[in-house]
This record gives sequence, C-alpha cells and structure tokens, in this order.
Amino acid sequence: MLGFLFRRLGDIIPTFFGVTLLVFFLIRLIPGDPILMLAGERGVDAERYAELQAQYGFDQPIIVQYFDYLVGVFQGDLGKSFVTKRPVLDEFLTLFPATVELAIMGILFAVILGVPFGVLAAIHRGKWIDHLTMSLSLTGYSMPIFWWALLLIMFFSTTLGWTPVSGRISVMFFFEPVTGFMLIDSLLSGEKGAFSSAVSHLILPTVALGTIPMAVIARMTRSSMLEVLGEEYIRVARAKGLAPIRVIMVHALRNALIPVITVIGLQVGVLLAGAILTETIFSWPGIGKWIIEAMNRRDYPTIQGGILMIAFLVMAVNLIVDLLYGVVNPRIRHKR
Amino acid sequence: MKANFVKVALGAGLLAATALAAPTAASAKTLVYCSEGSPEGFNPSLYTAGTTFDASSRQVFNRLVQFKRGTTTIVPGLATSWDVSADGLEYTFNLRKGVKFHTTEDFTPTRDFNADDVIFTFMRQFDKEHPYHGVSGGSYEYFNGMSMPDLIKDIVKVDDYTVKFVLNRPEAPFIANMAMDFASVLSAEYADAMMEAGTPENVDLNPVGTGPFQLVAYQKDAVIRYKAFPEYWEGKAAIDNLIFAITPDSTVRYQKLKAGECHVMPYPNPADLEEMDADADVNLLSQEGLNVGYLGYNTEKEPFTDPKVRKALNMAINKDAIIEGVYQGAGSAAKNPIPPTIWSYNNDTVDDPYDPEAAKAMLAEAGYPDGFTTDIWAMPVQRPYNPNARRMAELIQADWAAIGVNAEIVSYEWGEYLDRTKKGEQGTFMLGWTGDNGDPDNFLAVLLGCDGVGGSNRARFCNDEFEQLIQQAKTTSDVLERTRLYEEAQLVFKREAPWATIAHSIVFEPVRNEVVDYKIDPFGGHIFYGVDLAE
Repeated sequence: MLGFLFRRLGDIIPTFFGVTLLVFFLIRLIPGDPILMLAGERGVDAERYAELQAQYGFDQPIIVQYFDYLVGVFQGDLGKSFVTKRPVLDEFLTLFPATVELAIMGILFAVILGVPFGVLAAIHRGKWIDHLTMSLSLTGYSMPIFWWALLLIMFFSTTLGWTPVSGRISVMFFFEPVTGFMLIDSLLSGEKGAFSSAVSHLILPTVALGTIPMAVIARMTRSSMLEVLGEEYIRVARAKGLAPIRVIMVHALRNALIPVITVIGLQVGVLLAGAILTETIFSWPGIGKWIIEAMNRRDYPTIQGGILMIAFLVMAVNLIVDLLYGVVNPRIRHKR
Repeated sequence: MKANFVKVALGAGLLAATALAAPTAASAKTLVYCSEGSPEGFNPSLYTAGTTFDASSRQVFNRLVQFKRGTTTIVPGLATSWDVSADGLEYTFNLRKGVKFHTTEDFTPTRDFNADDVIFTFMRQFDKEHPYHGVSGGSYEYFNGMSMPDLIKDIVKVDDYTVKFVLNRPEAPFIANMAMDFASVLSAEYADAMMEAGTPENVDLNPVGTGPFQLVAYQKDAVIRYKAFPEYWEGKAAIDNLIFAITPDSTVRYQKLKAGECHVMPYPNPADLEEMDADADVNLLSQEGLNVGYLGYNTEKEPFTDPKVRKALNMAINKDAIIEGVYQGAGSAAKNPIPPTIWSYNNDTVDDPYDPEAAKAMLAEAGYPDGFTTDIWAMPVQRPYNPNARRMAELIQADWAAIGVNAEIVSYEWGEYLDRTKKGEQGTFMLGWTGDNGDPDNFLAVLLGCDGVGGSNRARFCNDEFEQLIQQAKTTSDVLERTRLYEEAQLVFKREAPWATIAHSIVFEPVRNEVVDYKIDPFGGHIFYGVDLAE
C-alpha cells in the first residue's frame, strides 16, 4: 500500500510543474495589459507606465518572471494581489473554507440522492421509476447552473419566502470567524438562531451546485448496477436464496460502487468549476467568485495562485480516490 | 419521501424567518445596502474604483471641501473657508476646529483634526521620500491622473488650523480636485502610531477617519459593517448601523431587495427596470449620469480634417434610434460634450439635426459627392456611457451607408483599443468619459485640449479658439467668468464637430419605500449620511 502511495505521489510532481507552466503562460496569452486595463479611459503616461511595469516585474524577461514565480511558490509565497496588495495565499486561506463547506454539502447532496436513485432505477429497469429518475437526472444534467440557481431563488426565496436569497448567514449576525466554516462558527458563537440561519443560507446553493453531480452519479450508479446485476455471482447469490435486499446492497452495490467512486472523484473538479457560478449568484464569499473577479481585473498573481491551489486540490482528491479503490478493491493495490 | 421534503423545506423556511428577525435591538436602525463588489482596500487614495470609494471615502472620510449631496456643487468640508491669491497660485485653507477622529481597536486619538493630518495626507502621495509613500504598494493613480505632482509646488502648514497649497501654475479646477475621493484626509497621529508598531499598512486596512460612519468589520467578499460615529462634526447619522451585503449579480440584488434583505441596490439589470417601476414596495430613482458617450473623428486624418465632413456625418446619424436600440431608453441624447448635471452646460447649443438629405448635400459640398470609405472603431466592452458599442457601430454604419459612406467596423481588446486610439490609428472611434470632479475642465480640457493629443484627446482636436477659451477658464477662479468661457467653448465645439455627441446614460437606483431622503450622487457614488429609515 505504501509503495502504491509513493508511486501515485511521484506522478503528482510533473503534473504540478505542468500546471504552473500552463497557468503562468496561458494567463499572459489572454489579451489585455493589466496596467492599461487598470488605467481605463484615463490612460497612464509612459513614465508612470514604466514605473508600474517595474513594480509588477513585467520589465523582466518572461522566463525570469516565471522562474521568480516558481521559486516563490516553492517557498509558499504565491505573490501579492495587484489589486488589494495582500498576499494571495492569505486571501485564499480566508475564502477557501467557504468553498469547501459548499462543496462538501454539494457532494453529500449528490451522493445521498444520486446513489439511491441510481440503484432504484437499476432494480426497476424499464419501469416507470427508471424512466422518471433517468429523465429527471437528464434534466438536472442539462440545466445551466446560473439559470437553475436563479429559478430556485425566485421560487423559494422571493415567491415563497422560505429561504434567504443569498449570503452565508443573515447580515444581522456578527461574529469573528474561528474555523471559517459557517456551520461550525455559528454554533461556536452561541448566538441564538445563528446556526439555523447558516443552515437556511446553505440550502439553495447546495441544491444548485449538487444537481449536476447528482445527475451524473445517479446515471453512473444505474449503469454500473445493471452491469453487476447481470453477473453470474449475483445469479448464484439469488439462487442460494439470499434476501433480495442483501443481494443488492452487499453483493451488487459494493462492486458497482468502484466506477461510481471514480465519478465522484471527478465530480470534485466539476464542483469547483460549478462553484464559480454558484458563488457569484449566491454572493458566496469563496474562491470561485474571487478568481472570476481577478480575471476581470487581470490580477495575475491572484489568478495564478487561485488556479494553482485548485489544481493542487483536484490532484489531492484524485489521489485519495485512487487510494480508496485500494480499500474497496484489494486487487488494485497489488497491481504493478 | 415527498412529504418529508416539504417538511424539511418548511422547517428551513421557518428557521430563516426567525433568523432574520433575531438579534438586533428593536430601537437600532440598520440600513442594508446590497453593494456590487468588494472594495480593493479602505484607503481611497490608493485606488480608482467607485466600489472602493463607496466603502471608504464616502462613508468613513471627509475632504477639505466636499460636494453637496446629490449635486456637483462644492461646499466647505474639513476646511471652513479658503482664499485664492490674486495670481491663482496659492490656495489657503482655514481648517475646521473640534473635528474628532474615530476610535478603533488599534487606536484612540488624543487630539482633534488639524493641519498635520492634511500635510500627512497629501505629502504621502506627493513626496516620494515620505515614509508612507511606498506603503501598501504606493501607487496613487488618481493623484497622478489629475496631474497633481506637476501642479503642486509645495504644501505648507501655516499654523495648526491653516494650510497653504502652492501651485506651479494657476489651475481653477484645483478646488474641485480637493473634493475628490483621493483627497480624503487621514489621521497623521494614527499613521505615526502604526509606523511605530511596525504595521503601517494597517492605516490602509483599518481606516480611521472623521466621517459619519466608522468601519466595524470587513469580511472579505461577504459583508462590510459600519456604525454611525456619534461625535461626527455634522451631527450623528440618522441610521445607527450601515451594512454592505456584497452581491455581485444584479438580478440577485433585485431579488434581495424584493425579499427585504436590503434597502438600496446599485446598478439594476436594465431588463428588470419595468418590473421595478411597477413594484409597490420599491421606489425607482433615476438621474442623468455624469458622463458622455460619443463617436470621435480623427481630426488629423483625411477626410475628417474638414469640419464640413464631420458635420455631414453627424447629421446622418439617427440618435433617437440609438437611444432606443442601444440604451433601451436609459439614455438621453447629448448635444454638448459635457452632461447637463455639470455647471456651465450650455442649453442654447443647437444639436445637428438628423437629416440624411442635407448631410448628403454637405458631403458633396466638401468634395465627396460619392461618399468615401472609412472605419468605425467600436469598444469591446460595456461602459456606463455606452452599453453596447458594437450595436451602436452597426446602427451608425447603416446610417452612413445611406449617404454613401461605407464604414468597416473595427474592434480590439480593451487595453489595445485604448492604446491604438491614443496613437491615432483610427478614422472614427467610439468612446466616452465619466466625470471625476464635476468641473467642466475635466471634460473639455482633458478630452479636447491640445495637451491631450496623444493622450486622452483621441480626436486629436486642437483648435486655437477653443484652446484659448479653456486655458483662460483654467486661470480664473471666478465661477461666473468661467461659466461664460465654457459656454462659448461649447459653441465652438459644436461648430467644429470633432465628435458626434451621442448620449448621456441615465442612472437608475431602486430603493425600498421605507428609505427616506436617499439621493442619487451625480458622481456615481452611494452616500448614506443624510438617509433615514421610516419606522
């Protein structure tokens, strides 16, 4: 198992370099000089332009800039934002818990609903339940997030008044963040009603963000279940007279879950991409919204740092998923 | 399953309802403003974005002179009066006594506001050797952009309550510059304390000002909290707490306004205006913006060197169709290069009529009976003064085709667009301007003065008569005389037609009915001192 872990860790290093290279150069390929963008119609004179270029390090050859950046990254320094002048890593760490909280809720929502729906559809293959769940999941999968989110807000928040429109907690509550996770911080604050306010603010963003992964997981679970249910050992188990529920839950589901876990791992990337839209719509102070704003302002250090951290995260999650295969299926961990 | 879901949802709704009503004391008045974005920081001299000014200068700080709320009129602020020397080179400000600074966690002021604070504020930006000059990135774009380093010769403390600015040349708009956000006065005592503590950047993060509200906390990208400053020199604000709920999506901002989660919102989505207008809970305020959207001619390039050609093209443009199709009604036709909210706006100017036949005849007279071929540069971005340059270019292209002028639409990425138009590569181009200080000079000299050629004067217009008028207006501080000069300059502008003035956009701001006496700021700011909430 340890050897397997090291092998997988070894794969990460070149990927990490690749990401820094891609991020650094791709951003610079996007048209738009950050200094001119900041200056707008007002413009900036040649002398001041040169001063600013020197300040941001743009007067150096691009290779030197990249090298400087890389050296910084390995020392844990992602640079300072052009806009706020604050260290990128500090800003990332402030905002990251909000994204993680939302992503965890989103994936929980997706798995808790997606897997049972998939199983149900597989068992009742060809019947109305199957058609219903599958067409619902197709709808969920095809729905643009921003549209779905607005629809949820208009229906549940504005028309019915059940949930708040946006934000992480009612603005009337005010306490210093301890962990950065609002559900935990609101409990720690001891303020009456804070936790329920945090929960109510999480509902719509969770649904908006979790819908697509849920649809994907449901479809994957269904097809994987169908494949497994057709295997001989299932027929044997049934022939032995095992209770149908035991056959499905123990014999079939465990094996069917392997490809599903892969998909769940892949959905983490999808979730983070979805978080960009979800966070913008629900005014969720996370890294998705932060990166979008940085893009609009051509704030290179923030974009680079943000994307690098996200890439790192996706790699880490995929590593964990690979390790989980080993737990679920011992054959994988021994493969060379 | 279904019944359970409804239960869960209902439960959540109840929770939400109790949560919103929960903690604040019944007596405290809290106004929630759904702002459009996060501030870059809290020192307005370091930044140029309106979002940042809303969060800092407009609530937390004061300036020597200020704009009367809802107007571009200059009134005393931290200075009670000022004198200008006869040669226009010395501005002496008499400072207000008894003005208090905010007390925060990091800092308790031991003295009132005085001349040291003014000297600190401006020397930090002006003097490159100042210990604070390089703090927090040290770029003072507005101070530089308004040519303050060239303009100011010296800043002198005459006594504790008198400060003198010595200029290199007479510049009447200087007084208006002093009312701009970058001129917000910071506490020198606080700066010294933070320097001593080794955390000078705190001055820019945890602001200490003299303004009506003091910052309580900023949770990045989420919420900014302020409380009314009880010792504010103009009297405590009517509201007790001010909260900015940062909400970047305009449709969501409106949903929050409808749900009562905020009282005021900026920048509504044009598609929502009709519904807002009909909404019984919402009061939709509107006002012409301090901006102008125009199509400029490169007056150094044939055939636009001839005013007749420019005039003819102006007459071929159907402005009403543009207001309808591009601004969707949220704009008014412009006849002058300055908006009507600025003093000296000349209402006697006669706009070029839309008359394709006359345009064709004038073009023939100028020597182009069969028209010619040119280009129209369209910006790739949406701006406050022009919501859709591409669409506008298409409409103008069609209008010109009707008089035989074939124009090709050209566009570049925004930074490059600005750079190339500065160099004069274009035949005709679209652009606009939003005023900084409410002074006519800020439009007329910046955009049409000879000094601006190669810079912000992208029409490369340099007319002796016009130039003389605006230069003369710079050197006198008599407002009546300046008004006369600018009015005349506008007539020269119209005759020479370096631009087709297209439109001034209209700014809309929906506020909830319980909001009392909110005024749209002509500079695009959002100001909450003077605003109250009905019980």
